Formats: sequence, C-alpha cells, structure tokens
Amino acid sequence: MSVVTVQLGQCGNQVGQELFDVMCSDARDVHRKTYSAVSCERFFRQTTQGALEARAVLIDMEPKVINHSMSKAAKSGRWRYGETSHFSQKQGSGNNWANGYCVLGPRHRDAVEELVRREVEHCDMLAGFIPIMSVAGGTGSGVGTFITQCLRDVYPSSFVLNHLTWPYGTGEVIVQNYNSVLTLAHLYQLSDAILVHENDIVHKICSQLLKIKQISFSDINRVIAHQLGGVLQPTLTPASCGAYSRHPIGELMSALACHPEYKLLSVCTIPQMASSSIAFSTFSWPALLKHLRQMLISNSKMEGGIDWQVCPPPASAGRSRSLSAGSFNTSLANLLILRGKDVYSAETGGFEDPAIYTSWLPPDEALSLWKSPVPFNKYEKSATLVSNSQALLRPLDDMVRKAWNMFASRAYIHQYVKFGISEEDFLDSFTSLEQVISSYSELQ
Amino acid sequence: MTQSVVVQVGQCGNQVGCRFWDLALREHAHVNKRGLYDEALSSFFRNVDPRKSDGGACCVGGRIQHLKARAVLIDMEEGVVHGILQGPLREVFDSTQLLTDVSGSGNNWAVGNLMYGSAYRDSIVNKLRKAAEHCDCLQCFFLIHSMGGGTGSGLGTRVLSLLEEEFPDVCRIVTAMYPSAEDDVITSPYNSVLAMRELTEHADCVLPVENQSLVDIVNKISLMSHDAKPGCVLKKESTVTSGQGGVSPTERPFDAMNNIVANLLLNITSSSRFDGSLNMDLNEIANNLVPFPRLHYLVPSLTPLYTLADVNIPTRRLDQMFSDAFSKEHQLIRADPKHSLYLACALMVRGNVQVSDLRRNIERLRPSLPFVSWNQEGWKTGLCSVPPVGHAHSLLALANNTCVKPTFMELRDRFTKLYKKKAHLHHYLHVDGMEQSAFSEALSSLSALIEEYHHLDATKARLIPDAPRLSIAR
Repeated sequence: MSVVTVQLGQCGNQVGQELFDVMCSDARDVHRKTYSAVSCERFFRQTTQGALEARAVLIDMEPKVINHSMSKAAKSGRWRYGETSHFSQKQGSGNNWANGYCVLGPRHRDAVEELVRREVEHCDMLAGFIPIMSVAGGTGSGVGTFITQCLRDVYPSSFVLNHLTWPYGTGEVIVQNYNSVLTLAHLYQLSDAILVHENDIVHKICSQLLKIKQISFSDINRVIAHQLGGVLQPTLTPASCGAYSRHPIGELMSALACHPEYKLLSVCTIPQMASSSIAFSTFSWPALLKHLRQMLISNSKMEGGIDWQVCPPPASAGRSRSLSAGSFNTSLANLLILRGKDVYSAETGGFEDPAIYTSWLPPDEALSLWKSPVPFNKYEKSATLVSNSQALLRPLDDMVRKAWNMFASRAYIHQYVKFGISEEDFLDSFTSLEQVISSYSELQ
Repeated sequence: MTQSVVVQVGQCGNQVGCRFWDLALREHAHVNKRGLYDEALSSFFRNVDPRKSDGGACCVGGRIQHLKARAVLIDMEEGVVHGILQGPLREVFDSTQLLTDVSGSGNNWAVGNLMYGSAYRDSIVNKLRKAAEHCDCLQCFFLIHSMGGGTGSGLGTRVLSLLEEEFPDVCRIVTAMYPSAEDDVITSPYNSVLAMRELTEHADCVLPVENQSLVDIVNKISLMSHDAKPGCVLKKESTVTSGQGGVSPTERPFDAMNNIVANLLLNITSSSRFDGSLNMDLNEIANNLVPFPRLHYLVPSLTPLYTLADVNIPTRRLDQMFSDAFSKEHQLIRADPKHSLYLACALMVRGNVQVSDLRRNIERLRPSLPFVSWNQEGWKTGLCSVPPVGHAHSLLALANNTCVKPTFMELRDRFTKLYKKKAHLHHYLHVDGMEQSAFSEALSSLSALIEEYHHLDATKARLIPDAPRLSIAR
C-alpha cells in the first residue's frame, strides 16, 4: 500500500526531502528483505532502470526551494524525485494565507490535481495522503489548506494525515499567528488527523541532546524526518497478523483519531543522541519505556530535564483541569511504536495505566502497540510515541492568544482582506480553535 | 524568479541609482563565475544580443551577451544622465530607458509634479510599460528620489501615482532621501511635505534615508580607517566602504554616501535573488511590516559597515553585528529606535549565519527593545546564503518604529515656519493646477500621520492586558 506525499512551500519541501532521505537509507541499509520491500513500495516507485523515485508531489509558488530539494535528492545517488512531479510559479505567496488559499490555490488547482492524479495512478493501492507544510508562511499554510480541500473532494475515501511544522514562538514571520489560526481552523474540518512538530522543541533537541553547536534548518529538518520516519516505516500491528501492516495511515487513524474534536497528534522519540555517542551507549527497554512514559505525562518532548515529580493524580480526587493548574498531561489515546532488538520482550504495562488516560476510553483501547524487529536509523532499540493528548494545548493556546491580541487591534487585517477573506472568516476561525482548546482542556 | 524595475528620478535619484547598478554588477560578477545569464541576474538585468534583429532578448541559461539594466532614468535636466551615459555604465542603459529635459525643475515640487508630470505623462507611462513588458514576472518597482528638490520629489511622486494607476498589483518600494536641517535648498521643507503626502497615499513601503546620517556614517568609517588600532586592518574591498573594483574608477564626493543606499537596495533583494534556508521575498516585506496602510515607513539599518581583517572570535563579531543593527549610529535616519516603540522588525541576514545564531541574538536583544503590545514577538527573519562582496555576513534591519515621528515633526516645523510667512509660495502657485489647498492638505496628511504614530507611542508605557478571549458555550 502506497502513500503519496504532497510537499508544500519551503518548509514542506525541505522537510519532505530529508524524510525521503531517512526512509531510503533505512530501507536500503537494513538487511531484511521484506522490510525493505514494504518500505520501498510504500514511499517509492521503481523506474524501469531500477532507480527509486519518491511518491511525492512538490509544490511551491517560487522555484528556488524545489530546485534545491530536487538536486539534493539526485545528488544522494540513492533516490530522486520524479522529473515532472513538481509545480512552481515565479512569485511566492508573500506570507499571506489569504493569497495562498483564495488566489493562488484556486488558480493552480487543475495543474496540481493533475500531478497528484498521476502519482496516485502509479500506486497499486493507495494508503493515503500526507501533505507536509508549515503554518507560518503563505504557501504551505494557504495553498496547503486549499490543496488538502481538493484532496478531500477528489479522493473522499482516502485518508489524509497532515504534517504541520509550527514556527518558533519568537517569530519567524510576523503574521505567523494569523496564518496558523486560519490553517488549523480549516484543517480541523478537512483532515483526518494533524501531526505536529514545533520548531522550538526540535531546536532544543538539537542543542541539548544532539549537542549541535550551530544549528541550521537542515539539522532541524533531519530530526523531524527521523521522528516521522519512526512513525511511518513498516511495523507489525495487531491487525496485520504477523506481516508488516499494509494500512499504516488507516491504522494510525483508528488508533488515535477517535473523535472529530480531537485531532492534534504530537510525536516524541527516544533515544535521541549525537550519532557519535550511539556506539557507546547501551539501551534497555525498561529504561527507555520508563523515560518515555514520564515524558508523556509531564509533557516533555525529550529525555533531558524530565520532571519526575509529575505523576497521575490519584483516582479518587476530583479532577478539575484548567490550563494553569497542574502539569499532568492527560492522554486520549496513544500509539507506541517499538523498533529493534528484543521488541517482543519489551514490557509496556506502564502505558496501560488507566490514570494517564481520560475516563471515557478503556486503557486497552486507548493504547495501540506496533512493533518491528528491525533497528531504525542506527539505533539498536528505539521507541516512538504518537500521542493524542493535551501536549499541544499550551502552544495552541499561546498561538490563539497572540493572534487574538493582534486581531483586536486589527493590525495587518487590510493585507488579508485585499485577497478575499473577511473579518467574519477570522472570527469563525478563532471560534473553531477556542472550541478545540476547550475540548482539550476538559480532558479528564 | 521575479524581476524588479528601478525607476530613478532627479539628480539624487540618478546618482544613487548609478552607484546601485555599479555595485549590482560587481556583486553578480563575484558570484556568477561561469558567465551564464542566470535567474539571479535576470532579476535586475536583461540579456540582449544586439546582433539579433528582433530586439535580441535572450532567455535565462545562455551565456551573457550584453546586460541591460531594468531601469528607467528620468531627470528634467541633462547633466547627470548624460554623465552616466558618458561614463563606464553607458553600455548598461539604452536610450529608450531615458527621459530628460533641459531646464530642470528649479527646486519646485509643483513644476516637477504638475507641469512636467502632465507634459511627460504618456512618455513616462510608455517607458514604464516597455520595461514591464521585458519582464516575465514583475514583482516590484523600486523608486529612488530625493524629497527636497523639484524633479525627484515632484516628478518622482507623480511617477509613483502613475505606477499605482497602471500597475496596481506590483509592489512599490520607495527609497526617499530626506533633507537634513542644514539643507541648502530653501524650499526643501515645502517639497518634502508635498511629496510626503503622495508617499503616504501611494507607496507600499518607504525607506527613508537622511543625508546627515549618511554623512555621520561615512565619517565614522574614515575615522576607523585612519585611526585603526595596531593589528587592525580595514579590508578595502567591501562594497559598503568603496566602489573600488566596480566599473567607475574614481570616487566622487557623494559616492561614499550613495554607496550605502545602493547597498540597502542590494541587500533587500538578496533573498529573492539567491538561495537560502529561509527565503524572504519582496512581497513578504510589505505583508509583514505594514500593519496599517499608512504606517509604511521602515527605518533601515545596515551592518557591518566595514570589515576588520583582524583575528576576532567569529561568534562575537556576529553578535556584535546584531547589536549594532539596533544602535542609533547605524540607522539611516537620525533616530533612536531603541527608545521608541517597535511595531514590527525584519532582519535580513546574508552569509554563513544559521538559525541558531539568529535565535540566540533575538533572545539576547529582545528584552531591551520595546515592542507594541499586540506584536510582542513580531520578528520577520530571512536567511540568504550568499554574503555581499567583501564581507562574511551582513545584516539589514528594517524597523517599523515610531522613531520616525520626531523626523516628521521636525519636517512639519520647518514647513510651518515658511508657510506662516507665505515665503516663496508664489513660485508654486504660479504653476498651472497648483492651488493653496494642496499645501494645507499636505500639512494635514502629515499631521494625521504624526497623530497615528503618537497614539501608538502613548501605549508604550502602559501595560496593556490581553484582549478578552471568545468564550465558548459548552
């Protein structure tokens, strides 16, 4: 079953290129033929000459990034993008969501749909779509939202899993909060689930765990690619009966996206360390899983500086949750993916504790467990946790708060109105997101 | 890739423009080693093969034949433009791009704007159209002129409103040279205020530059080069300090000052011409830095101004570059942004600088910079991997800051001093189409602008609480 990735905007194209790189090296370097075959089939297609071409459509409103990504891929020698799988224009979206969604998306709809259709035709069976984009800019966010809508219209029975990169809190783009609010509000209706990476968190992983001195966007993108690869590469699931699962996205949805009001997914991976240190470290499943569980409930995305004081409140106490009180992170559902040596003996009971979940799903339904005996990306043992929990509540609330403050003074609104959205549209988006925030806050 | 057209009007505009083309050629020669006409070059230059009979335009990818600037040069007297055509840049312009007259505007805005404006309207529009037609995808017009004279300020602002009429979708970025208090043109306050009104109404962004600041910066540079501490050598080849290595061999008096403004234009467009890990296109500048339509005056500051070829720890020098960008000595108008209110700020970095360096410096400097309450983290950042010639990295900061208010207030004061006495008014009123109401309207436009900045300033000291959020019924 194949996945078609749609890379949108500068961020989407840069992250996408790193992702395919990680998956290709993982598939190629590993000496397990079935694993390699499934992975290659899922994300690549073989040309008549035997070269691997990514099942991807690259979209941007200006050509520089796509050219760069395509040549970087070709230089790797192991895989490349299809010659004609890209679409670009000459001039970007100007960091304006309305420009992307109302003007550029519709204008180029036919060309993009054609590219997607061609890619889908190469697939024997379509597992789903993964649009990759950022929320801060104009193309990824605006055009990306429009294209997600098109995917929904043209392929109503396929799964759509959006991968979003949230920008640094202290600004890469001044109107990033507007663009983010508009994107998230629309995607919530269109997408099956939204998988989020935050630049701030990934930056900390690079500096504190990977010990990189001068962090560049390539470093950040490589971490995101590693985490995403940990989610998307082949695994054995309970439903797949001893073979590698053929419905990765569908099973992810049924594991995690159990309610239309709860679609935000976060990822964390353990271990993450500088590649030079991996050879000198030993890993044990109990230690890894213990750390990962504490990372989940204290809402820490990396295994440094974990707050070990946080623990689930006792079952008897009345649980009133507000944003400010308590740092305990309640989960709705979790997907735990274990890869590497001795996976079958790993003890995952800690994740089945009813105290870490909300009360309306029994823990054995709230936790899904996928395994793969194949070590991933040089780590002898690694675990990835995809979580539908309150982890993104605080960053989402911050984003809405800043956007609302800006909206209250009507700053920059004239830039958006001139491309075709109104203050009403803004208000609708704010309302939708306040709803999401409220739903997540009240998880108990 | 998009193209931009530079429209230079008046003596000042043409002299600055001339430096700009010189430096642009130098920058591209430095980067483009294979002599191919690439996308980056095509943003400012056309490639023309004069042997072809159809006008000879060549597309991207071939070898460079003859580069022609995407420019329109306008002046109402011939001296400056003819000087350019006799000089080494003559190959870069052809006669269809020029518009000249003989007698000049006599430092009279009304003559430039109304008399020449109507006389040459069609001719100007034709030349602009021609330049636009040569472009695949025209993104921006860069207008360069001074505010104090007659042609630059009068005819220049007329061109601005023509651009808005004929090309409403194309961004208009104006680099305006404001006169200093000791300007030798007596009517410069009139010309400036009349022009300001046009800029406020018709421009997308204005980059104000003051002559006095340029003089101070140039003096600082020459002080550094004379006074250098032992062991400290100033690198001579940087584009900011000298035009050496460029096409024109000798440096004339205003050249050093004009160099700085030319660098400003080069740096603003660097991210849309060259690769980088976080691109910043020209249309993103207006979208991010202009929160309200009339408040589009962006104070530029350029660092570093000179390169020291001594052994300094690279990171400290990089951090110093960021600190300097906010100091009042590096601003291109006489203002102190640190003590006024920031509405928005853009940092365009060139060279080998990574996102972690950027973040570290933003976090370090942020506490000392007052930002407006609804834009506390309002930074727009761009990373371009190609540094300017002679530097390892450089930073251009564009600040939408209320520190322009004192500059505008001073301008208004100088205007009122003359206007109260009706001094020199008759020169203006003699021109066909010029009424006294134009003066009062320009004055009230400027006052309204100052009021808007004043309102924002007033919020500076107050602690503004978060706006109450929407509440959802459960």
